[in-house]
Amino acid sequence: MKLLMPRSASAASILAGAALIALAGPAFAGNDPTPHPGDVAWMLTSTLLVLMMSVPGLALFYGGLVRTKNMLSILTQTFAIVCLVGIIWSIYGYSLAFGDGGGLNHYIGGFNKLFLKGVTASSNSPTFTPGKVIPEYVYFAFQMTFAMITPALIVGAFAERIKFSAVLLFVALWVTFIYFPIAHWVWGVADPNALVDAATQLAAAGDETAKAAAQAKIDEIAGNVGWLAGKGALDFAGGTVVHINAGIAGLVGAIMVGKRIGYGREILAPHSLTLSMVGASLLWVGWFGFNAGSNLEANGVTGLAFVNTMVATAAAGLSWMLTEWLVKGKPSLLGLITGAVAGLVAVTPASGYAGPMGSIILGLAVSPICLFFVEFVKHKLGYDDALDVFGVHCIGGITGALATGLLVNPAFGGVGITDYTNLESFVGTYDMAAQMKAQATAVVATLLFSGIGSAILYKVVDIIVGLRPAPEQEREGLDIADHGERAYNY
Amino acid sequence: MKIVTAIIKPFKLDEVRDALTNIGVHGLTVTEVKGYGRQKGHTEIYRGAEYAISFLPKLKIEVAVGASVVDKVVETITATARTGQIGDGKIFVSPLERAIRIRTGESDADAL
Repeated sequence: MKLLMPRSASAASILAGAALIALAGPAFAGNDPTPHPGDVAWMLTSTLLVLMMSVPGLALFYGGLVRTKNMLSILTQTFAIVCLVGIIWSIYGYSLAFGDGGGLNHYIGGFNKLFLKGVTASSNSPTFTPGKVIPEYVYFAFQMTFAMITPALIVGAFAERIKFSAVLLFVALWVTFIYFPIAHWVWGVADPNALVDAATQLAAAGDETAKAAAQAKIDEIAGNVGWLAGKGALDFAGGTVVHINAGIAGLVGAIMVGKRIGYGREILAPHSLTLSMVGASLLWVGWFGFNAGSNLEANGVTGLAFVNTMVATAAAGLSWMLTEWLVKGKPSLLGLITGAVAGLVAVTPASGYAGPMGSIILGLAVSPICLFFVEFVKHKLGYDDALDVFGVHCIGGITGALATGLLVNPAFGGVGITDYTNLESFVGTYDMAAQMKAQATAVVATLLFSGIGSAILYKVVDIIVGLRPAPEQEREGLDIADHGERAYNY
Repeated sequence: MKIVTAIIKPFKLDEVRDALTNIGVHGLTVTEVKGYGRQKGHTEIYRGAEYAISFLPKLKIEVAVGASVVDKVVETITATARTGQIGDGKIFVSPLERAIRIRTGESDADAL
């Protein structure tokens, strides 16, 4: 579940008595709560919005940025990844990401939900509010769309020079060995209902023995989570799980697949910035499902995440455009839409935690940072990250993940830390140093695991099917070479 | 018979065509071409990657005319296609051996 984790449940002071518990109105897990139709409707809408981000959003955004002869290959890769991951997610992905890992639960889910075992129209998933639930099928479908888009982001890094068979094999392996574990590390969190129940027992405990037993129960629940969630790392909608993860896998891919033929010598300009603008706009609209949907309910925090997503994106689009205008002399459309995407990426982990003004500052700040990587670092180091997956998604994701640790601070207009064992208000203690350490741990862990793991997987794919097409096929274009079609027949 | 080939700036096409019609030239072929002369191209920047665009889009007009009107055609094109800026283009005149109108089979002067 994506839930705000109490930073330290065991250290929480329980101030509430039984009367306050009644005021807070927690519905206990045993009370069998019912999904609210408004939440269900919003979550299904969000699921559709995130699907729209992949197809057609990302497909058009990336497609417009490649040359005419490779347009269809990008469209096919994106669409095929969505289909492939949808099936994998249903068969075992959901179980590995959000199932019970037993003794390995810190690192990976288990096989208890294989083939959607036990998932029915009447099973529910918890949300952020104790006593509220959404249907498990809805949560399953919502998370499915995240698993679909994340590997699709990667293909921009080695666009125009990869075999289609290599893409499919790599994605199947990558979601299995990289995405599902990381999703589990960050989003495999405790059920707030269980925490509230245990905290209620603690508050009601009469003697020391009962107190110790209740505290042990809290520690057990709070401890049986993904290891990054346990460290208190905050990632509202996927700064680490989606963007840093895909971004570093993209960089490794760009390096291991190698540069495009003619890189640095021939014109490799985008074939249709018109379509890229259409795609980026669809991404922006779809991203409200991504970020505001990650609240799992339709309430005020959903509105907050919605507003943060709007303003950070606007600020980042503007900021990229103005920086480019200043440095290059002209404000480009590609810069404007790239900035907007960088803003969306950066606000993703912060969307439900930051305040709107914090999000504006984040948006303004992220674009120059990404622009520096895209325009300077990439050329300096000479890697061919064709569509700037690393420069925008990884760097933007790192910026957002670290900024989340600061912007969640109530003093900066953030929502603060949630502690479900504080029955009075569910408010936890914010400690900047500890929070930043947790955020940095999540960033570094994602970079290392995904970076090294992806390198191994690229090697495996290279051995099995080969990564690159023959040079003459690459020159002809992947549309004809891989798919026997053209994107355009005029 | 001569063939007059003029490379001109694209936006000058209508003016040139009108002027040629006024001097009695009633047919021409237009092709979109790219090329360069003394005019420098321009730079396009995509996310920091700079591309020097040295081949600029121009139009090539081809007019087949009798030798007697060649000078008038050249003067007309020169006068109407000129902006005074670099990149106004060039005119080439070459001999034309034969011309045939496909519909009727007429040839040479009758076919123009």
